[in-house]
Amino acid sequence: MITIDREKCIGCGECVDVCVFGSISMKDNHPIISDDCRLCGSCAKVCQYNAIEIKREKKKKVTDWRGILIFGEQRDGVILEVVYELLGKGRKLADSINEPLLCVILGKFVAEINKLALYGADEIHYFEDVKLESFNCEIYSNIISNFIKKIKPSIFLIGATSIGRELGPRVAAKLKTGLTADCTGLEVNKEGLLVQTRPAFGGNIMASIICPNSRPQMATVRPKVMKKLEAKEREGKLFNHVVNSELIDSSIKILGEIKFNGQCDINNAEIIVSGGLGVGKKEGFDLLEKLALELNGVIAASRPAVDAGWADPNIQVGMSGKVVQPHLYVACGISGAVQHRVGMETSDVIVAINKDERAPIFDIADFGIVADLYDFIPKFIQNLKNSKAQI
Amino acid sequence: MNIIVCLKQVPDADEVKTDPETGRIVREGIKGTVNPFDMFILEEALRLKEQFGGKITLLSMGPKDAIHTLYYGLAVGADEGYLLSDSKFAGSDTLATSYALSCAIKTLGLYDLIMCGIKTTDGDTGQVGANLAELLDIPSVYYVNRILSYQNDFIKVERFLEDRSQILEVHLPCLISIIKGANVPRMPTLEGKIEAEGKQLKILNAFEVNAIEKYCGIEGSPTRVIEIFLPEKRKKGVILKGCREQNITKLIQFLKNKKISIFGMCS
Ligand SMILES: Cc1cc2nc3c(=O)[nH]c(=O)nc-3n(C[C@H](O)[C@H](O)[C@H](O)COP(=O)(O)OP(=O)(O)OC[C@H]3O[C@@H](n4cnc5c(N)ncnc54)[C@H](O)[C@@H]3O)c2cc1C
Ligand SMILES: Nc1ncnc2c1ncn2[C@@H]1O[C@H](COP(=O)(O)O)[C@@H](O)[C@H]1O
Repeated sequence: MITIDREKCIGCGECVDVCVFGSISMKDNHPIISDDCRLCGSCAKVCQYNAIEIKREKKKKVTDWRGILIFGEQRDGVILEVVYELLGKGRKLADSINEPLLCVILGKFVAEINKLALYGADEIHYFEDVKLESFNCEIYSNIISNFIKKIKPSIFLIGATSIGRELGPRVAAKLKTGLTADCTGLEVNKEGLLVQTRPAFGGNIMASIICPNSRPQMATVRPKVMKKLEAKEREGKLFNHVVNSELIDSSIKILGEIKFNGQCDINNAEIIVSGGLGVGKKEGFDLLEKLALELNGVIAASRPAVDAGWADPNIQVGMSGKVVQPHLYVACGISGAVQHRVGMETSDVIVAINKDERAPIFDIADFGIVADLYDFIPKFIQNLKNSKAQI
Repeated sequence: MNIIVCLKQVPDADEVKTDPETGRIVREGIKGTVNPFDMFILEEALRLKEQFGGKITLLSMGPKDAIHTLYYGLAVGADEGYLLSDSKFAGSDTLATSYALSCAIKTLGLYDLIMCGIKTTDGDTGQVGANLAELLDIPSVYYVNRILSYQNDFIKVERFLEDRSQILEVHLPCLISIIKGANVPRMPTLEGKIEAEGKQLKILNAFEVNAIEKYCGIEGSPTRVIEIFLPEKRKKGVILKGCREQNITKLIQFLKNKKISIFGMCS
């Protein structure tokens, strides 16, 4: 609950300015808090007169939950990179609080299960069954939540893949606990709580979030946000679990699965060549495709380029498309509207090619070329070919 | 087929501005709009209704003016709408939101299918759908691209995961989300807008949907925001003009310095 002490308040209005949610307005020289207040405490902090008080109900402390658990997502028996990345982060967190790092993995014929130890896991909990070969959200969430209730980890981290995004909220709801999506930062604070930082409101602000009274503290993290450790000989215990037959009963039947051959999803791509309205025509994307091929990357597009039918909706980057975080993002004929930027701004390196030197994309590009993309790209491709030939 | 479509009102993205000094979202005068990702579930629901008959019920939780979002849905062809609005729901995180929606759905009666968007442009979590399905104890399938068939309490769907598609048969009732590109959402017509005026549109409070207070709003939200700050801004980089040979050489050198392998790989 948030209360304003009208005696102490002098009506300076500092609190109105500091509220990022816009939940405070002034009436009769006193602040009024609207219903959408999130109790973040920014206003109480800024008030020099201590006129704002936030009371939070003290709930009983949760103490008997220990350890950090990572979801070991596999596909066709191959463990995903994001699992090693989470193990890297998990290892650091685990060491800082002196708790074990665990990994739970569901599947059939998972080949490199021992690699999980090399990248940091103290314990590997393996559920093996043919019914676990492909992802079935019902079955996976049943087994995992059951397992969590038994071993009681304090933290549970999941890669924000298509599978993780569906599994996470399902498990969280079963356990009646919180889940923070797409965290970019994870730290344990002095009270031993996991502080989860994520972009909010389309990346305009960052929010730090905690889950004080329920366990486990759950978060999803996008691929490539965390860094994996160097592989090292480490003792990791493998536990083989028997799958309880009741838990693999499901109202979902997997009739078939088709792998997309060779094609790399933009979420996982290291290098992306992206085209916008400036590409001007569908055939223009053939040129981008050539550049992508030369750079060994994949193509993506802005929304208007997708809407024009030049590119597949699956490869749209931005607020109403996908958020990508490649090593290199080459923006061709893209103006850099905020709705596009939120989808690519966290790329390691941004290169922009645009003929308008005032295009906002140049405000965030590490390297910008003011030129017509139809002049520039063919030359760029030729130069890339030449410089490769020299190696 | 009776379908419940969960629509959320989000700030119109064209207009979201932040005060560069304070990072505060400037909300004055900003209109709400239907979450762009919810357009695809709405369209898919309309197509199912055209094919199999039945009823489309819209459900939204939010402030009173979120009613405009429901009007939009009614104008394109949904049959009725309910807005969950109560100060008790204020400050809900995804679990508390799903709880409120689940209470409403339980009071609304029988349904075959629930649809949620893959994510919202403001909350941007994509969690409400699966949260909700779990609270209702029904199966969920995210990222559906096509509904292949509907027969005797089963639907067959194709859904996309990054590197593959799955064909699933699911027992109804169930919850699905639909990806962008699965369909092209229609626009409301003038006729539709006039018809919408005559359709049932009701505001419900927490009491009317039997929501227990301690599971609602801030109290029912396990997560809590403790700090808000501005993200680090990217620095402006090098900008070169024209296609001269030396510019290209500089770019390639730059990429090499940044350790970008031009033989990069796709992992
Ligand atoms: C709710 C909502 C959601 C949205 N979601 C997204 C989203 O997810 N993704 C997204 O991208 N957008 C999104 N948008 C749209 C966004 O606001 C912009 O309209 C869009 O990003 C602009 O796309 P663009 O840069 O390709 O086109 P433009 O803004 O038209 O820019 C084209 C650029 O190409 C340059 N150019 C033209 N010809 C050439 C040439 N021959 N060589 C080099 N440069 C050239 C021009 O100088 C210009 O800067 C959304 C908008 C709304 C309202
Ligand atoms: N307040 C709400 N009212 C109705 N539906 C919602 C609400 N919040 C989320 N949803 C639904 O859940 C989907 C995912 O939202 P989110 O988890 O917030 O990204 C949305 O596309 C909606 O279909």
